[in-house]
Parts: sequence; structure tokens; C-alpha cells
Amino acid sequence: MNHKIKLLASTLLTVGLTAPAFAQDVPAAANDDVLKIGLVYTLSGPPAALGEQARDGFLLAAESLGDIGGMKTEIIIVDDEGRPDLAADKARELVQRDNVDFVVGPIFSNILMAIVQPVTSTGTILISTNAGTSTLAGDSCNPNFFTTSYQNDQNHEVMGAYAQSQGYQNVFLMAPNYQAGKDSLAGFKHSYTGATAGEVFTELGQLDFSSELAQIAAFQPDAVFTFMPGGMGVNLVKQYSQAGLTEIPFLSAFTVDETTLPATQDAAVGMLGGANWAPDMENEANKTFVDGYIAKYNAVPGTYAMQAYDAAQLIDSAVKKLGGDLTDRDALRAAIHEADFDSPRGDFSFGANNFPVQDFYLVEAVKREDGMYGTSVKEKIFDDYVDNYAAKCEM
Amino acid sequence: MMNLFVLQLLNGLQLGILLFLIAAGLTLVFGIMDVINLAHGVLYMVGAYLIATFAAATGSFWLGLLLMLPAAAAVGLVVEFVVMRRLYDRSHLDQVLATFGLVMIANEAVKMIWGTSPLSVPMPDILSGSVPLMGPLKYPVYRIAIIVAGLAVAAGLFVMVNYTRVGMLLRAGATNRSTVSALGVDINRLFAIVFTLGAVLACLAGALVAPILSVDTGMGESVLILTFVVVVIGGIGSIKGAFLGAILVAVVDTLGGVFGPILLREVLDPAAAGQMGRVLAPMLVYILMAVILFAKPAGLFGRPA
Repeated sequence: MNHKIKLLASTLLTVGLTAPAFAQDVPAAANDDVLKIGLVYTLSGPPAALGEQARDGFLLAAESLGDIGGMKTEIIIVDDEGRPDLAADKARELVQRDNVDFVVGPIFSNILMAIVQPVTSTGTILISTNAGTSTLAGDSCNPNFFTTSYQNDQNHEVMGAYAQSQGYQNVFLMAPNYQAGKDSLAGFKHSYTGATAGEVFTELGQLDFSSELAQIAAFQPDAVFTFMPGGMGVNLVKQYSQAGLTEIPFLSAFTVDETTLPATQDAAVGMLGGANWAPDMENEANKTFVDGYIAKYNAVPGTYAMQAYDAAQLIDSAVKKLGGDLTDRDALRAAIHEADFDSPRGDFSFGANNFPVQDFYLVEAVKREDGMYGTSVKEKIFDDYVDNYAAKCEM
Repeated sequence: MMNLFVLQLLNGLQLGILLFLIAAGLTLVFGIMDVINLAHGVLYMVGAYLIATFAAATGSFWLGLLLMLPAAAAVGLVVEFVVMRRLYDRSHLDQVLATFGLVMIANEAVKMIWGTSPLSVPMPDILSGSVPLMGPLKYPVYRIAIIVAGLAVAAGLFVMVNYTRVGMLLRAGATNRSTVSALGVDINRLFAIVFTLGAVLACLAGALVAPILSVDTGMGESVLILTFVVVVIGGIGSIKGAFLGAILVAVVDTLGGVFGPILLREVLDPAAAGQMGRVLAPMLVYILMAVILFAKPAGLFGRPA
């Protein structure tokens, strides 16, 4: 009797332990012949413009590719409303109810941190097209997580390196108080060793910067470095020029870009940023992408659109390599890791932590020949740049 | 540091003027009609959306502003007639529930009409740019214009409340409603006038900030709490109280927001100091409220019940 119970217990234990492990490795979605992709983006509230660009970039690629990876494709778009709790719920729905093969998104790091576990623990592949949190690049790197964007620090490191090369002695730093904001300033200081005139963390979603601008005016720093994506950036840039501060160089990342330039227009021209791409880069893939985007949406694409466009190309290349058979997960991960597609940004490959190895540039806001506003490459700052956390990643 | 102090004082004054425009209506509605209107912030948001629409349609901020005023009055009259009129005799709890419901309905309606993306209102050319203040300091012309416009409205209200027949009825209503009614004044008409006046002022505040901030749903809620603090500090029903309360609250809020973190940064790391400052600034406002209520339980200019 006792023996039987032991046997039963050990059997149950074995089944209990291995069954979820098996389920984890091959999600149910892999076994059907439809390629389902869930897009999780912030599509409402002040940062909606970023999510819309990313969604449009992905859909543009999906449209030109037709059946992604040669499979019947279904794309489900969900709005996380900028709320991590809601995003986690919706990500769970995508994975467990809709049986998606890939989850693509989100824009913000706090949303990414909320959906990483619900998505990747089921074995589903998560491709971030924007947020690239330091933890996921380092200690908590994950074989089911890829990013087509960058590690959060990197664009800021570009600006830090630029500030350093200009010999600035005191720079005023400002970022919203959340993970990406902290990563931003850490990234800037990684390559800038001069002094700081002030370091201010604002509330996420803050729209009136009068207090911060008053501090900048009072401190008169050599330059300002900031990270204010979306609506925050629009308000900051307008208020910055209204306050007559334009003589102080304005360095930023994700603040002056194609999502905010339509709103800021001339107020932002001449402001500098760091990026992994700009719409005026000259290569065949970029021309196809930018022209296609402008023709379809009558707007200049930004990095959000480009990186989501690449996510669609990435999925397409990997699924095609496997002939649509997604049940061998190791083969799928390896196929994704090869990144066998032509990115509009030129050089693109994945590092050991599934984060991109790519070039970074100093970009400047300009009025384009077609009358629209966009960024333009000024100089290359980093070549084939690997993020600082890759060494900590063990997969 | 002195420069920063002066700039923040100006910023505080500008915020105070805005708070006053919103609080003036709220304090009248609260004081005269005895209605707690949580939906007052909605009117501020609607004002911003109206000017965004009219300015885009006419291509001119000034025409937009001109068209916004009658539209705001119409919104005020409709809300008073459809919702508020039914709440005068109800308990405060009913009023809170109904007007809170109105907030949600209005926010959703705005999303349906104008979409979820924030709108922006172009700043009139002659008010864009900045003027030199002292040394290298400059201050945006538009924010100065807000201060001037707000002071003009405050002066107009002062004259109206103290020297006109409507103003006399307002003062009488705030002091003793039943006596005013007993003297044969059409109380429904008075209420409609009070509410519409409040609505127009709140919409004006929304319209004035629209070129500085992006116009977004939910912008009303962020100012509503501060506005209630202003009304309570100033004394319910008192325009003069609302004015002083608004300036006081805004100056304490803006100075606390900047100098709090600066002082804290001496002892804490920047992220924590910034966060603490954010927590500290609104707390200063409530501490101010507590101190004032301790000394004057009815607010600065309120009448003891």
C-alpha cells in the first residue's frame, strides 16, 4: 500500500513537473496552420502617436509581405492604454485565449516588464519593437524575448558621447520618473563624464514644464539633455522655445522625432537627437520602407514604425526558414536569431542577449524637401554597438 | 537661486490665475446653489476642446476664442437644465454620484467626438516668444498674457459682484438663499445664471491653457482637486476668497515643487529627491489648508455657518 502510494506520488510528481514544462516549450498555437500575431501598443492617451506609428509600421510590412512567413496570417491589435495591469491581462488573453504565435510590442518599458512573464512563460515569442529594458538585456535575459529596437540606454549614450565630444562642462538632465527615464540618464552618464547642472525626474505624463524650464533658465547650463517621449516631448519642445531658451543646446532622445515633429514643427528644427536610424538614410530597403509609409499614411515614419516594420520582416524571415513548422522551438529561436532580412537601418544582427548589434547616429530635426518634418543623419557616433548589459546575460 | 525664485513666483501666479477662473464658478455653485459639482473640471476640458475645434476651423486663435465663449455658455445652460436642475433638492451624496457619473460620460463622449489623440492649439503669433526679464532670464509672453487676461476677468467679476443687481443677488444668495427666494427672486433663473457664468469661466481657463498644454481627456480631473482646495481655503461662496486662495495654493505648489527637491537633493539621490518633491508639493498645499482651517474654520472669507 505504502509502496503504491509512493509510486503514485512520484508518477504524479513527474507528470506534474514535466507536463507544464512541455506545455511551456511548445505552445498550443504552434500546432495550427495559422500564423497569429498579437500587437500590444499604447493606442490611447497622450502617447498614442507612438503606438500608432508602430502599429502602422508593422501593418505596412504585413501588407507588402502578404502572407507573413508564407502562412495564413491573422493580426490582433490590442490597446494597453499605457496601463501595465491592463497590458498584462490583455497579453494573457492573447496567449491563452487567442493562441497567438508571437506577441509584438509594446512602446513603454513599464508595459514590457508587465507582459514579459505572462507571454514568455508559455513559450510564446515576444518581440519588443521599442522598449529595451536593461534587466532584460542583462541578468533577466530570456530566450523567448527578442528586440528589434535597442537597449534603452543606447540612444542616450549616443547623446552622452556627443556632449563629451563637444566639451560641455555642466549639462542639465531631465527625464520622467520611471524605469526608461532612469535608464536614459544612466545611459547619458555612461559616456559623459562632465558635471551636471541639475538632475530632475518629472512625473510620467507631465505636460506643463514651467517649473523645470525655470530651473534651466536659472542655472544656464552648457546644454540640456532630456528624454520626453510622445506628448510630453511636444509640450516640452514648444514651451522650451516659448521660454526663449533655444540658445542653450537641446540634446534629446525619443523627444524630437517623427512622432512629435508634426506637432512641434519649426520649434524643434535644429534640435539634436540620438537614434539607430533616420528616414533619410540611403539604402534600398529604407527607400522602400519610407516611400511606402509616406504613400500609405501621408506622414514621415519614425524609429517606432521602422522597428515594428523590422519585427514583421523578422517574423517573416524566421517562419519562412522553418517552412511554417513552429513546433521545434529551438529551431524557431535560432531562425529568429539569424535576423536574415534587410533592415532599413542597414547593419542589423542579434547579440548573445537577443538585443540588436547596430550603428548609432547623431540626428538633427529638419524640414524635409517634401515640406514635412523629419530627422536627418548628421554623423555616425557608434559602429556595431553592443549594449553594456549583454555580458551579464546567460541563456 | 533668486532668479529661480522670481520665475517660479511668476509660474505660480499664472497657475493661480487659472485656478481662480475655475474656482470662481465652483465656489459660486457651491455657495449659492449648495451643489457639489465634481463635473466642474469637465467644463475646463470642454473649453479646451472647443477652442481646439474652433481655432482649427477658422484658422485663428482669436476667432476660436470668440466662438468658444457663446458655445461655453450654451454648454453651461444645457448641463444646468438637463442635470443640475434635478440635483438642487437632493442630498450631497446624490450630487456627488450624479456629477461623478457626468465626468465619466463626458470623458467618453469627448473621446468619441474628438478621438483619443491629444489635440494641439496653435499659439497666436503675437503672443509667442518670450520677453527678457532680468539678466539671462526670459519669460514666455503667452504666460504673461494669461496672467493679464485672468486679472482682467477677476476685476470684471469684482465689479459685477459688488456693483450690479445680479452681483447683489449673488452675494445675497451666498449669504442666505431662502431669504432671497422668499423676497420673490426667481431662484431658478438665478441658479441658471450662476451655473452658466461658472461654466464660461471654467471653459475660458481651459481655452487659455490649450496653446501651452496638449488638449486631452482627463485634463479636468487633474485641476479639480486643487480647485476644491482653493474653494475651501477661500471660503465657500466668496469670489475674493477664491482669488486669494488660488494664488496662495498655486504659489505654494510651484515653489514647493522646485525648492523641495533642491533641498532634498542635498541629502538624497536625485530620483528619490524628485519623487519626494512631487509628493511634498501637493502635501504642502494640504498642510496650508489644514493650518488655515484651524485658524479660520470657514475659510479666509467664508461666513461661519
